[in-house]
Amino acid sequence: MILGLYNYWVVVVLMMIGFYIVIAQGNLIKKIVGLNIFQTSVFIFYISMAKVDDGTAPILADGISLYSNPLPHVLILTAIVVGIATTAVGLALAVRIKGAYGSIEEGEIQARDNQEC
Amino acid sequence: MKDLLAVAMLSGIYGLLSASFFVTMDAVDVAFTEASVGAGISTLLMLTTIAIVGRFERSQRHKPSLALAVTFFTGVLLIYGTLDMPYFGSPNAPANQHVAPQYLNDTVLGQDKSVNQVGVPNVVTAVLASYRGFDTFGEVAVIFTAGIGVLALLAVVRRPEEDAKIAAINESMHQKNLILRIVIKVLIPFILLFALYVQFHGDYGPGGGFQAGVIFAAAFILYAMLFGLSTARRVINQTLIQILAAIGVLIYGSVGLVSILNGRNFLDYNALSSDSIAGQHLGILVIELGVGITVTSVMVIIFFNFAGRLENREANESVTRNISSDGHVTKEKL
Amino acid sequence: MLVHLPILQVIVPLMAAPACLILGRPRLVWLFSLITSGIAFLISVSLLRQVMSAGTISYVLGGWSAPWGIEYRIDELNAYLLLIISAISTVVLLAAQTSIKKEIPKDRHTLFYVLYLLSLAGMLGIVATGDAFNVFVFLEISSLSAYSLISLGKDRRSLWASYQYLIMGTIGATFILIGIGLMYQMTGTLNMEDLAVRLPEVTHTRTVFVAFAFFIVGVCLKLALFPLHMWLPNAYAYAPSIVTAFFAATSTKVAIYLLIRFTFSIFGISFSFTTLPLQTIFLTLGLLGIFVASIAAIYQKNVKHLLAYSSVAQVGYMIVGYSISTTTGLMATLLHLFNHALMKGALFLAVGAVMYRVGSTQLRDFQGLGHQMPITMAAIVVGGLSLIGVPLTVGFISKWYLLLAAIENGWWPIAILILLGSLLAIVYVWRIVEAAYFKEPLIDREPVKEAPLTFLLPVWVLVTANIYFGVDTRLSVQVAQAASQSLFGVSP
Repeated sequence: MILGLYNYWVVVVLMMIGFYIVIAQGNLIKKIVGLNIFQTSVFIFYISMAKVDDGTAPILADGISLYSNPLPHVLILTAIVVGIATTAVGLALAVRIKGAYGSIEEGEIQARDNQEC
Repeated sequence: MKDLLAVAMLSGIYGLLSASFFVTMDAVDVAFTEASVGAGISTLLMLTTIAIVGRFERSQRHKPSLALAVTFFTGVLLIYGTLDMPYFGSPNAPANQHVAPQYLNDTVLGQDKSVNQVGVPNVVTAVLASYRGFDTFGEVAVIFTAGIGVLALLAVVRRPEEDAKIAAINESMHQKNLILRIVIKVLIPFILLFALYVQFHGDYGPGGGFQAGVIFAAAFILYAMLFGLSTARRVINQTLIQILAAIGVLIYGSVGLVSILNGRNFLDYNALSSDSIAGQHLGILVIELGVGITVTSVMVIIFFNFAGRLENREANESVTRNISSDGHVTKEKL
Repeated sequence: MLVHLPILQVIVPLMAAPACLILGRPRLVWLFSLITSGIAFLISVSLLRQVMSAGTISYVLGGWSAPWGIEYRIDELNAYLLLIISAISTVVLLAAQTSIKKEIPKDRHTLFYVLYLLSLAGMLGIVATGDAFNVFVFLEISSLSAYSLISLGKDRRSLWASYQYLIMGTIGATFILIGIGLMYQMTGTLNMEDLAVRLPEVTHTRTVFVAFAFFIVGVCLKLALFPLHMWLPNAYAYAPSIVTAFFAATSTKVAIYLLIRFTFSIFGISFSFTTLPLQTIFLTLGLLGIFVASIAAIYQKNVKHLLAYSSVAQVGYMIVGYSISTTTGLMATLLHLFNHALMKGALFLAVGAVMYRVGSTQLRDFQGLGHQMPITMAAIVVGGLSLIGVPLTVGFISKWYLLLAAIENGWWPIAILILLGSLLAIVYVWRIVEAAYFKEPLIDREPVKEAPLTFLLPVWVLVTANIYFGVDTRLSVQVAQAASQSLFGVSP
């Protein structure tokens, strides 16, 4: 039982590291790095589902009858692209925020906003 | 860690590591993409961003205890959820039973005549481009959105005289890297060739429009890095590249519209030819081309706009320095 | 062509977006977007009529039959939401050209329309699709364009608001992705119809429980349910007026749609509401949302902020109706989806007109506007009355059904709390009215003229709709009732 699920548990730990970085860090770049780690770990989680013991990559060839599940692979290909798209927009925002506020620290930006209000 | 450069490098390494996880779990297509995206493009973007926003973090994290509690709770919930999951690698897991076997058998044997066959050995490509072709269309739209988003955020309109000034700076800087420039000049054709191979070999091995697009873009980005943005801009016209990004999406969509006009459902490639296998092949070829074009152009757009900001900053170095030192002064007062 | 309507609904705006980029000239692009959105609206009208007369429509993409390929599935609920989104989008676009002239730099105009259409296509895609993973893809199209659109705001705070929204939104989307992954793990399918069939076999497992929890939390982040609403007020307040009007009227509605679709059609009512204490949780959060957000709205100095908090409160009403989980309760929620879109669309557009003339939306700048911009302010008054729920406006209809649903269940305390919530609405609406009609204009503010016709026309279209559907409720009530009954009919 323990061996059968350990892989998922490792992935959960990775996910939570990413998630923690997103919510706890105050630096905008680090938050995005955290988001990346969080998402990538979810990808690993999906791919783990697709793994079949003794199976090979789902490229059909003669003499092989056991393949891993191609569907999660497809989903994750799409999700990776979505992830990089989000990263690009997030970093672009960080660049603009640096330009407008002169800082990329959450606390400082918040303080400046509060001053204005 | 205070040094963002190290953070970015580590996150790149994480991308590369997860790509190797994917290989060990037989997901070669995914590994290919993750390696080019997680370790390649996203690290590159982060480095560029760090070059613009500064390398060192200043403030401390705040309210870590609350965040820790939330994370801990979420993690425990997830682990609780895994308890009833089928074991890792089990072929009898529901995920590997219901829908998925159809994709594998269908392409090998094609016995089930009621379901059309794709006839492509790489099942991932078959599912990606045909069975779930609409998801992929959505994916292209997402990438296109990101390109437009970055453009809306970062595009700078520059006056010609400023451009000349920047070009001069570039010229002086890049004179130094003569050897690199020559090596890259020799390499670029090979990179482009490899990209073409990946683009059109996706049916048989790992690869496809997205990966090829990223490699194509990498060639342009290398060129821009070593020869300066303004030189690269002369080679690749900005308006043209935006139009290309749009055309990629339109190519993909038009395949679907052609199927509608031929009386079939949207993205039904069987409508493209009388022979269903030939139709599927043609359909996949064309949409992968659309994907490739959009991805290449969007990646180039994204990089050029990030780098454009960086360049602006370098050109106005003295001005920026004044502002940032002012920023420091106010900070210390606070 | 009629069979292809479900896909054309999404494809038309999705393909028009890149076409806009090629067209390039802002004026032309505006006209083109308006026409596109208009076509989408006509398609949705026709779809609704088809569904009402002939029942659910299924459209398989790529010609692959359902669980293997992606399916579009339109029933009353989908058609109803498609109609709301495309209608609001079209009306709002009428004013876009005038409004963005003052709020967005000229070189961004084309990009603005491209993003607007992408976001429209994304929302329509989420609603139309019958595939769980496809929901995620289109969710990201609409979110990414939303982040970019919000960041186009004039104030630098729009950047920060957009960044916060990006982080929260992506966490939400990733939670949804985890939820979908776990569901797939246990059932082996992604098709919603198929999921509904296969899930009951495994609902007792802990995995499905966690899948459900993650999905719900992810969606609640997107729909800004109290206490996950923190991103919303700033995002709405600093976005360009057109964007605010469009999103306030549509984007939270899409999230509520997802909530209803997954809890009612996919997981089933018995699992969602009897196995789990979902009813109590949502009822509490909904009511808390109404009160906390309404009180916060009262203390705002910026009218856009005020209305944004009011939006959070209105989401509270929808969630209360939803958590009553009877046909009438759900019907009240669905009615409020439609009605709230009409009120907030009208209000935010009218505020956009003020922004156009005055250049600010601070409450103190509204002083004296009652005489300077009488037609615009009259619209705000009617919209405000509707927000309170005065008879003869749409707001009354949805509140009426909500009260009916609460009383039907014998939940008198809830009914009283709902009424108290309306009293709070009176207070914050009054603050705008007081500033506009009973205070002298500030000396340092130049007197302004009435808003141009391009604003007045769409604003009054929406205001008229507020009154029309408040008097003649046949259309909205009939559709909401049919949708609600079919949701309960599928899984009794």
